[in-house]
Amino acid sequence: MAYIDYYKVLGLDKSASEADIKKAYRKLARKYHPDVNPGDTEAEEKFKQVNEANEVLSNPENRKKYDKYGKDWQHADAYEHAEKQRAQYSGGRSSANAGSAQYTGGGFNEEDYSDFFESMFGGGGAGGFRGGSRQSQYRGQDFNATLELDLREVFEKHKRTLSINGKNIRLSIPAGVENGQTIKIKGYGGPGVNGGPNGDLFLQFIINNSTSFRRDGANLYKTVPLDLYTSILGGELLIDTFDSSVKLKVAPETPNGKQVKLKGKGFPVYKKEGQFGDLYITYEINMPQNLSAKEKELFEELAKLRS
Amino acid sequence: MSTPDYIPVLELCEQYRIEHTLVTELHEKGVLEVVTISQTRCLHHDSIPVFEKIMRIHKELEINIEGVDVILNLLDKIENLNRQLIKTQNRLRIYE
Repeated sequence: MAYIDYYKVLGLDKSASEADIKKAYRKLARKYHPDVNPGDTEAEEKFKQVNEANEVLSNPENRKKYDKYGKDWQHADAYEHAEKQRAQYSGGRSSANAGSAQYTGGGFNEEDYSDFFESMFGGGGAGGFRGGSRQSQYRGQDFNATLELDLREVFEKHKRTLSINGKNIRLSIPAGVENGQTIKIKGYGGPGVNGGPNGDLFLQFIINNSTSFRRDGANLYKTVPLDLYTSILGGELLIDTFDSSVKLKVAPETPNGKQVKLKGKGFPVYKKEGQFGDLYITYEINMPQNLSAKEKELFEELAKLRS
Repeated sequence: MSTPDYIPVLELCEQYRIEHTLVTELHEKGVLEVVTISQTRCLHHDSIPVFEKIMRIHKELEINIEGVDVILNLLDKIENLNRQLIKTQNRLRIYE
């Protein structure tokens, strides 16, 4: 458990006045508040630190304790006990939050405090400053999570059980989910404050593609090698589509880079059952290598016919 | 008022412990839509998450209603840009 320099968190030095603390806190809270930084976990973390620093420094009694024992926080209670025994400590605990705002930030909970804080000031607001200035009911914090899937997995609708913050969520993932797409799962976010409703879970999909297909929405793209003779004379090719294979007629004199559309052989359209995008095949002509003398002679003959 | 999709403003204000004039101000400044059903001013229940976000930004960050409106508009823009960015990145993968 590491010591936290709350002054540093707020960008202040030890001589900062109450007004300085309030000002620094408000400025940083506006910058890192989760509502203005949706999905930014770094900002959320920073916001928690800022909130915690304010909790300590904006309360005179706790600031005094922090200033006195700061780095020696592990021995703070022992020191205090000894002082009490010497009757030099009046022991009056302030119950005020000294008029400082307590930013909930869409769900700042007890568990959001650092171990250092819990150890020095107690889990339930031992200094009496954790509480009560805000009694309004608020919706809980929205959670963000990512789920990595393979492109093959999202070709068909499938079920998944996710464990989010100790809760198991059984999800039905529709076919055709896009990379980067986010879905909202109502009520699976943080618990509401003062009896408010739970927040929502925003689940973003990261789709990894290890196939030879490239995807744009519901359309798929694939480059297929074609030998020179088939491209000139025409023929047939067996091509792998995403879930099967098709026989494709190649027209004579097919140029390099020609694109062929296979209608309905692409990816499922999201939330439109039975509808599929198209598969675009691009031919890449392979030139014959290491020609024999005979082949070279025949090509020269062909060249003469063209000139 | 028995329309389940709408919540009376007075009930909402009581629940969230705010002055009803604040909701009126939000409506007048075009930040939140308030409808009148059977002479009762109501909020559609789909607007509640936005309403709560407005309250948090307004109360916790001490930002006035005009400022909250600017923030909400900018957040919308950021969300749209993010969506476009993801779409463009997905399209670029075709050429990789």
